[in-house]
Amino acid sequence: MKKLLIGNEAVSRGLYEGGIGLVSSYPGTPSTEITEFLSKYDDIHSEWAPNEKVAMEVAFGASLGGVRSACAMKHVGLNVAADPLFTMSYTGVNAGLVICVADDPAMHSSQNEQDSRHYAVATKVPMLEPADSAEALAFSKAAFELSERFDTPVLLRMCTRVAHSQSVVEVGERVAPEPKPYIKNGAKYIMMPANAKRRHPVVEARTEALAEFAETCPFNRVEWGDREIGIITSGTPYQYVKEVFGDRASVLKIGMPNPLPKRLILDFAAKVKRLYVIEELDPVMETHCRVLGLDPIGKSLFSPIGEYSQETVAAAFGLPKKPTVSPESATPARPPMMCAGCPHRGMYYTLSKNKITVLGDIGCYTLGAVPPLSAVDSTLCMGASVSGIHGFNLAQGKTAEGKTVAVIGDSTFMHSGITGLVNIAYNASNSTVIILDNSITGMTGHQQNPTTGYNIKGDPAAKVDLESLCRAVGINRVRVVDPYNLAECDRVLKEELAAEEPSVIISRRPCVLLKYVKTAPPLRVDSEKCRSCRRCMGLGCPAIRIKDKKVQIDPTLCVGCEVCEQLCAFGAIGKGGDAQ
Amino acid sequence: MKTTNIMIVGVGGQGSLLASKLLGRLLVDEGCDVKVSEVHGMSQRGGSVVTYVRFGEKVYSPVITEGEADYIVSFEKLEAARWASCLAKGGQIIVNTQEIAPMPVIIGNAEYPSEILGELTAKGVRVDAVDALSMAMEAGSAKAVNIVLMARLAKHFEIPFEKWVAAIEKTVAPKFIALNRRAFEIGYHA
Repeated sequence: MKKLLIGNEAVSRGLYEGGIGLVSSYPGTPSTEITEFLSKYDDIHSEWAPNEKVAMEVAFGASLGGVRSACAMKHVGLNVAADPLFTMSYTGVNAGLVICVADDPAMHSSQNEQDSRHYAVATKVPMLEPADSAEALAFSKAAFELSERFDTPVLLRMCTRVAHSQSVVEVGERVAPEPKPYIKNGAKYIMMPANAKRRHPVVEARTEALAEFAETCPFNRVEWGDREIGIITSGTPYQYVKEVFGDRASVLKIGMPNPLPKRLILDFAAKVKRLYVIEELDPVMETHCRVLGLDPIGKSLFSPIGEYSQETVAAAFGLPKKPTVSPESATPARPPMMCAGCPHRGMYYTLSKNKITVLGDIGCYTLGAVPPLSAVDSTLCMGASVSGIHGFNLAQGKTAEGKTVAVIGDSTFMHSGITGLVNIAYNASNSTVIILDNSITGMTGHQQNPTTGYNIKGDPAAKVDLESLCRAVGINRVRVVDPYNLAECDRVLKEELAAEEPSVIISRRPCVLLKYVKTAPPLRVDSEKCRSCRRCMGLGCPAIRIKDKKVQIDPTLCVGCEVCEQLCAFGAIGKGGDAQ
Repeated sequence: MKTTNIMIVGVGGQGSLLASKLLGRLLVDEGCDVKVSEVHGMSQRGGSVVTYVRFGEKVYSPVITEGEADYIVSFEKLEAARWASCLAKGGQIIVNTQEIAPMPVIIGNAEYPSEILGELTAKGVRVDAVDALSMAMEAGSAKAVNIVLMARLAKHFEIPFEKWVAAIEKTVAPKFIALNRRAFEIGYHA
């Protein structure tokens, strides 16, 4: 049956048809839907893990236990899981093991633009890279067999445009092999030095065997066209090349970017007049060509930054631009922002008002960085706020301690904030950590996590008690505030910053977009009472705007959180007032 | 069969997802090769969002670039102007006249360019400006703006009315079929 699926759903379908028995992942754009779609199959085990390292180790354990397994993560998640991956390359697998990693060229929703292909090269693990949903399904399905045949984990590289584009696929039947027996084999699975020394040559020999496989494997193919121009490409850039050239160029389409073939590339290069390599991000295939003694045109013409498109390819080849029209007036930018009624806003307003230095973290609450709140000072990676504040306070000394906080969401705290908090307690850091607990993993689209009390299927699960956890690691001062109450936020923040010991403030209120959260009727502005002082505008709420010098509240956006009402010194905002 | 390019643009949270789902369903049923591309994540939080829908005999690229869109369907006025440079020569803009202020306007650093559609019309761009919000409310819910706009788009296609309605019935939850059917009829016949 023909279906229109996003790349991530096609991956989940491919893994399912390929006989997956277990998936464990941590959400991360643009990889999240792979696991979400897998969770809809009741005949496999699916779960959210607290972070990518845990997820990958769960998948490894399941493979060891004889069941085909997978995990999915965004590119930076692979940094967290890099430790098990490097050594899983040595142990190999029992049942097939597939690691889906989604890169985000152009950083639609990420903090860097790293190219995961380097991990495949560094860990000596084969990598497949689909260019559309049909390939995403086929490659994921084939990945388990590849994994078992070569006794290795297999990386499946997605990127935003494949992960989140829908294209037509033909779905097939699930073929689930019997679980493999587990046979104790220390020489293969206990990676202490004596054993690891014997496994490393196995890895090298495997890479050679895989490179030979790459010469004729179905993942790489040549599409002959005009031979004046020969293009080696992979992933979405393949689509842009075909869009621009059709069969007016010859294409070597690489579906397995690691290890790369040798003879296939040399043969292709010999049969075309001018050789190009078109790949997003880093020159991985180009460098390989240079090692083979070729001199292709690659990054001298194409940027290592951002996403490409048919326009990028056409422009690089000097093809004419299409005519365009634009309005004369400037179009003001529309950056993402915290939603109307977002529970993070009240706490950020308090931090901004008190001119606090804020070490931030990864999540919706990174949006506290944009004007008018401009409350965040740094954002690095998952958990870095809690670890970083300790170093910052040590460097800056006593004066900073009373003016600095770390902020981190509930899910991110579970992911890698806990160890930082242990460090704060253990090393007697006079630091204040604010856990912005909105009871969900928000930015990636509402996934459950160990603090929510529900598992991936929405069934009740053990719930981490954040207050007890913080106390258990040695934090004596743990306070809970409602971020809709500005006076309470201000008072508690000042008290905890003044305290001469580590403290945690849990700013708790569920995400306003959660289905179970009941919102209040919109507020209104009494234009007679409004003095246009703009104090409410300091919240940066999308529902509040100035029109004809008076404040208005958009009734289609306002959820009646009443935070702006608390700020108005003239009683102009409330349930009464003018109709819009 | 030439590839047709449709862009659906708006503000995160406005419901463009259903519109692209509906189009995808309809066009696959018509036997076309289809690609639909959108970006999730950070851009959903009140930011500018864009979905590309391309269909024809064989579609390669999932994205639409400058000067290529045959139709731009915009859920919001400013967004129509923002993406206008993607419109192909002779292309059509369908726009909901609702204004949603972006943060620079909210905090008073920029003016909302309320007359911006006029500037495009003056340059010969075909603009179908509709009060889709009022039409959706008339149908029973502000959330039906997406279906009203799809109805305006449907008028430019040879695909019969009934097939659009059938695709709506396959796309939305059963309890919302009547509402969306009403919204489609209002938009189509307005």
